[in-house]
Amino acid sequence: MEDEKDYALPGFDTEAKDNSRRNFLKQSTLLTAVALTPGTAIKAADMRLDEKIAEAFEKMPIKLEVNGVAHSLSVEPRATLLDILREQLDLTGTKKGCDHGQCGACTVHIDGHRVNSCLTLGVMASGKKITTIEGLAKGDELHPMQEAFLKHDGFQCGYCTPGQIMSAVACIREGHANSEMEIREYMSGNICRCGAYPNIVNAIQEVKEGAQAV
Amino acid sequence: MKVKEIIGQITNDIMTNDPMTKEGLSRVDGRLKVTGQAKYSAEYKVKDLVYGVLVGSTIAKGTIKSIDTKKAEAAPGVLSVLTCFNAPKIPGYQTDTPSPKGPLKIFYNDQVYFNGQPIALVVADTFERALFAASRVSAVYESGPHQTNLKDNISTAVAPGRGKDFVKGVEDTWNTAPVKIQQEYTIPTEVHNPMELHATIARWDADDKITVYTKTQGVKSTQRSIAQAFKLPPENVQVTAPFVGGAFGAALRTWPHEIAAVLAAKVTGKPVKLVLSRADMFTSVGYRPYTWQKVSIGANPDGKLFGITHEATGQSSVYEDFTEGVVNISQLMYASPNINTRYKIVSLNVNTPTPMRGPGEATGAFALESAMDELSYQLNIDPIDFRMRNYAETDPGNDKPYSSKYLSDAYKIGAEKIGWSNRNQKPGAVTENGWLAGYGMAAGMFGAHRSSATVLARMMADGTLVLQTAVTDIGPGTGTAMVSIASEVMGIPAEKIKFDMGDSSLPPSPTQGGSQITSTVGSAVHDACVELKEKFKSMAGNTDASNYTQILKQQNLDKLEVTTSSKGGAEQGKYAMYSWSVHFMKVLVHPTTGVVKINKAISVADAGLIISPKTARSQMIGGTIMGIGMALTEEAIIDHRYGRLVNNNFADYHVPVQADIPQVEAYFVNKPDTILNPIGAKGMGEIATIGVAAAVANAVYNATGKRVRDLPITPDKLV
Ligand code: FES
Ligand code: FES
Repeated sequence: MEDEKDYALPGFDTEAKDNSRRNFLKQSTLLTAVALTPGTAIKAADMRLDEKIAEAFEKMPIKLEVNGVAHSLSVEPRATLLDILREQLDLTGTKKGCDHGQCGACTVHIDGHRVNSCLTLGVMASGKKITTIEGLAKGDELHPMQEAFLKHDGFQCGYCTPGQIMSAVACIREGHANSEMEIREYMSGNICRCGAYPNIVNAIQEVKEGAQAV
Repeated sequence: MKVKEIIGQITNDIMTNDPMTKEGLSRVDGRLKVTGQAKYSAEYKVKDLVYGVLVGSTIAKGTIKSIDTKKAEAAPGVLSVLTCFNAPKIPGYQTDTPSPKGPLKIFYNDQVYFNGQPIALVVADTFERALFAASRVSAVYESGPHQTNLKDNISTAVAPGRGKDFVKGVEDTWNTAPVKIQQEYTIPTEVHNPMELHATIARWDADDKITVYTKTQGVKSTQRSIAQAFKLPPENVQVTAPFVGGAFGAALRTWPHEIAAVLAAKVTGKPVKLVLSRADMFTSVGYRPYTWQKVSIGANPDGKLFGITHEATGQSSVYEDFTEGVVNISQLMYASPNINTRYKIVSLNVNTPTPMRGPGEATGAFALESAMDELSYQLNIDPIDFRMRNYAETDPGNDKPYSSKYLSDAYKIGAEKIGWSNRNQKPGAVTENGWLAGYGMAAGMFGAHRSSATVLARMMADGTLVLQTAVTDIGPGTGTAMVSIASEVMGIPAEKIKFDMGDSSLPPSPTQGGSQITSTVGSAVHDACVELKEKFKSMAGNTDASNYTQILKQQNLDKLEVTTSSKGGAEQGKYAMYSWSVHFMKVLVHPTTGVVKINKAISVADAGLIISPKTARSQMIGGTIMGIGMALTEEAIIDHRYGRLVNNNFADYHVPVQADIPQVEAYFVNKPDTILNPIGAKGMGEIATIGVAAAVANAVYNATGKRVRDLPITPDKLV
């Protein structure tokens, strides 16, 4: 069974027989790098150490500052920021609604700008400052936008809500909240299937007019 | 005072305390939702979690000859690839008497019934690895000729078991009236698409015990279904769903992917998380079915209806007969001496539909209320006036009195709010800034129900009231409404009340669907609180019975609790009970491009007494917006050559976004139904959407003189 494994690193012909992860390890000059004798290498392969070593090489070290907390992580290059937040950092406030940049549920701030975290690979965000819904309030004191969403009932099921709020804050910061129509236009990347749209507009307008710091 | 008197007293209190004059509670779970702390099904931290990704069929009908799982199994981190060829038998699937039709059994045999049907589940240690490995599963099929087009197959339509023809008076006699209309209408397949993807985390805690976090509208029914499938005692299946990210009907039943997650957890010996992709959401959790309708109405020149005939044919799958109340609205809405309806379904190579908000009634109301509008122009009578001339004072089907009906009040409120007096009876006559302007209205109705629920009410020594019942909240604000009721009855502030829900180990409540939860569970909360209050009274002697903490202290108790079951009684058979709505639209249509903009939308509900004004308003607005999507943009499109959906994503399937929606306003007649239940509330979830699509179509006609009978009303149909 083991020998039939034909997993390939990206860019390799996946059908080729001799590029399995195990063979890759055996043939690789990495052998010297890990300072193993061939005999030891075979033993290591049998113990699936090859898997583990290959895995380590497939991962990239990244540094993320999320809500003011620094994280050093090792992630696969294909892992999205959204999945890293949700699955590795247990920051599940950021939601997955489509995974394709079509719904806005995953909106976070990267260096202050709103971004769909499902369209952002973790490696692209390395070294950047990320704010998620969990980092918006100051302790027990809610952000004015969170207060306004509560007051205006800017949600029902609450699933799109973190994305809406992150987007709404950015919408004001960008200077795109100067009229009801402008807010609608610049909030159209955040779908709410429960249909809280009018209430969301009211919440954003109140925060904008209240001129509180966002 | 006897319990009955207390109920009367409290009911009076609630009723005189007019919710329209107060804002109502903000959502009791609102803080959790705006801070990202509310946990939805996919978000539980479970040790040793592994990830499942489904692989769908690429043909619409046929037999799976083989599935190559080797490449997937060889991919890093893969623990298992389940298919119909290797999956362990699910005990509940094995029956001695196989029925020809029934729910889809996942990995049960080699048959493919629709394109996208799950044929494999890949389980790996990370989501990325499972997703990659799933791309390496391939199948060899022997495909058969599929049918996915309702129009091409309408000759095969059959009347389903549950769909008896309805006849009042003389059948098909509309034809003999002096003024008449006969038109055909179609609605395309529409998909619920709640924002939360359906997700299940399944963990076996012992050989015969399991915990399941899953997206469901009913934890109790999910518990039953999983217990049945795996032949477990129901109490060994713990189902948890305190937060549900929208559902609109899509989580009314237990779906095959949920069973697959439980199975995969068994096979791998690890907790499995299975989250559907957005594309999966189009083929795995139901939809509003493509439906053809023909409405024929005859009237006298004075606008009195003489006969209505409503025919409808909807699509279902080949493995299940899905039926819904498409034609019911014509049996119930207007006083007409002759009414008859016929309902059929066509079996196609598609997945089974599921009730979607306002279910069949929303489909039926589009046709009936469009036809009524068409006839009003033919009669040259104002559409509201026309409806009032045929206003039913008793149930047209069986002459029963209504438990309450204030639809005429709703007409008046809506007409005033939209500015109906500005409407021109002549279509296409008004322009505003180069756009054609028009007004339209349409009504909706849905049964007002009350089933049974059990609520535990426990007063703690510190004065906190804990309420517990299994009900879920898919978004309307169930917890908030329940806390409002308890706060009124107990006379304590809402902050002192905790409502536990969405947990199968709590006392039973019905599945959240069919607009019955406020009526059913609200009444149970009411009754439990009344009983608890009564218990305090009997202990209080002549001291103040409402000082709960004091009484507990005197009695040396750390808590006092009751568990109360509550359900509707004999009134159910004696009265016709419905909620009513009317929707008013002002639209602008661009004469060159055919773009339709909703300029103003007003929805008015007769949903009895409004318990929780703030959340009720949002629910009503949300339903209207879903109806606007139905009217203008939503359409799931199948490429019939392959029987495969081509727009199974949010870029190509257009649900309304901010820019599509004006300031929708919702109003309530807000008069209690004194018969349905002790709290005076009727349901609202469905009527919020029922009638909206017709109101939009009618407004478009008023603006342009063009009648669109095939939804959605896209610009190409107007230029
Ligand atoms: S999940 Fe990122 S845009 Fe939908
Ligand atoms: S609140 Fe449910 S999707 Fe927006």
